[in-house]
Amino acid sequence: MIVEEIMNRHVYSLSPTNTVNDAVRLMREKKIRHLPIVDGQGTVVGIITEHDVKNALPSCLKEEPNSTIHQTPIEEIMTKNPIIGHPLDFVEEVAVTFYETKISCLPIVSGGELIGIITTTDLLYTYIELTGAHKPSSKIDIRVSDKPGTLSDITQIFKEHKANVLSVLIFPDSKNENSRILSVRVQILNPLAIIGELRNQGFDVLWPNVPGVHNE
Amino acid sequence: MSKNAVFIYSPEQLGYKFSDSHPFNHKRLLLTMDLLKKIDALSDDDIVPARIATDEEIALAHDKKYIEIVKNAGHGLLTPQQCENYGIGTEDTPIFPNMHEASSLLVGGTLQAVDYVMQGKSRHALNLGGGLHHGFHGRASGFCIYNDSSVAIKYMQEKYNARVLYVDTDAHHGDGVQWSFYDDPDVCTLSIHETGRYLFPGTGNVTERGNGQGYGTSFNFPLDAFTEDESFLEVYETAMREVFEFFKPDVVFTQNGADAHYFDPLTHLYGTMNIYREIPKLAHKLAHEYCDGRWIAVGGGGYDIWRVVPRAWSFIWTEMNDLPYPTGELPKSWLEKWQKEAPVPFIPTWEDPNPLYEPIPRKAEIEEKNAQMLTKALHIIRNERK
Repeated sequence: MIVEEIMNRHVYSLSPTNTVNDAVRLMREKKIRHLPIVDGQGTVVGIITEHDVKNALPSCLKEEPNSTIHQTPIEEIMTKNPIIGHPLDFVEEVAVTFYETKISCLPIVSGGELIGIITTTDLLYTYIELTGAHKPSSKIDIRVSDKPGTLSDITQIFKEHKANVLSVLIFPDSKNENSRILSVRVQILNPLAIIGELRNQGFDVLWPNVPGVHNE
Repeated sequence: MSKNAVFIYSPEQLGYKFSDSHPFNHKRLLLTMDLLKKIDALSDDDIVPARIATDEEIALAHDKKYIEIVKNAGHGLLTPQQCENYGIGTEDTPIFPNMHEASSLLVGGTLQAVDYVMQGKSRHALNLGGGLHHGFHGRASGFCIYNDSSVAIKYMQEKYNARVLYVDTDAHHGDGVQWSFYDDPDVCTLSIHETGRYLFPGTGNVTERGNGQGYGTSFNFPLDAFTEDESFLEVYETAMREVFEFFKPDVVFTQNGADAHYFDPLTHLYGTMNIYREIPKLAHKLAHEYCDGRWIAVGGGGYDIWRVVPRAWSFIWTEMNDLPYPTGELPKSWLEKWQKEAPVPFIPTWEDPNPLYEPIPRKAEIEEKNAQMLTKALHIIRNERK
């Protein structure tokens, strides 16, 4: 999956000469936390986050009449030359960037212009879509040995039961490094026949997988 | 003189049958009725036949094209491949002869129940053949072809202009009904179910609260797997009282799936007969407090049709008729009659043996998690009340 498939194309931005007050208002109004700062040519020259704004403003507990901070141009508090992304970047790469640099937003630039934005919220939503139930389905977790052909053996059983598989995730087994957990979301209310067949063929079905509770 | 309650049933409702080995088996209706008759709780005068819902009525909640597909499939005119996009011809919901006719009789039964209650001919009405809460607008899902509950609620809105509270205690999320009224502020859906982390249909998270005008009129209470009686009932009773007080319905419609029991093969909740005694009791009480008694109840899931469903569903009928709870031994004649067919030994008493199962290792944590979920789910109305 690449960034252009999940990025937000409707980007709110400001220019370096807008004031801190403009940023506060726009963030509140649109319920957003990040604003790319764009110059007259459409080039991203900075970024300002809700955190930057809060740092700049005086405490709400302390009265400071006639504070000039609200009228300060944004360019004085923005992060200059922020990390940017490209619409063809892989979503996984963006996740690594967020994780390693501890930032939470990437302006997406193509042809020298700002064309989109992606935030940790968008990435989380993508993850929810990958693992969640978008169609009525049951989930079956299976502990499998980490060797070629296992997935094929398992999907054969789903095929024989005409069960439509909606998602498959394979992740490490925290208990045994020679095995993996296969988590399958399948469009069926009654998975008992499939589970029976999986167990017949020697698979360790964990459904439902609650640590400390053993289910027959 | 109006009756306390009517029992909707026609033998033809048993025609809703996928196959001999399918877990959804309406023989449950026969077992339940026979049990009620043998304790003298049900007489032929109480029984009102189901009617057939018309295509127009079914179309209140279903796509016309889908209705045609169901008709044709049941008349042998379509292959399973041609029905694939409509959710029929699958292992869950196979094609069977006259599936449209059988399904429209389940819908008509629920409409019959609605008319009796809304026209004041009886205070309460029970159609155990209904409660097919997974049916979608244009697609069968999870053993359900037509969603009798969605049709009946739309029918109550159009014909009686009623404000309806739908309560679903099936162990599976009542997704079909929830999505039918997700945008509608005049229908409130309340579903208590096992979390969708593993169990079908996967939805029913606390965060599903409705949409647009209907925001705040969908309530979901997903219980952890291995939830036991006390925690189930704490969630049920708190949710019911607070949602009734918040929504103030004209009529309450309950779906009484009986698959949250420890014995049920398809789910992982650890309920016992206690929950099935308490569920109708509170629904009945609140129906009188808020709805002048107007209460329509339907069946639903329930896949241990021998040991669980007949006892569980009998409690709905005895509650509707203000009869004391049946307790002690089940009638010998009933046990003898059905034991021959049953693949498992019956529980010979109305109560389950105590204990019914080995203690759950993480009981306290499961209860704590459910309590936290309950707070989250009700947060929205508790906040408004302040």
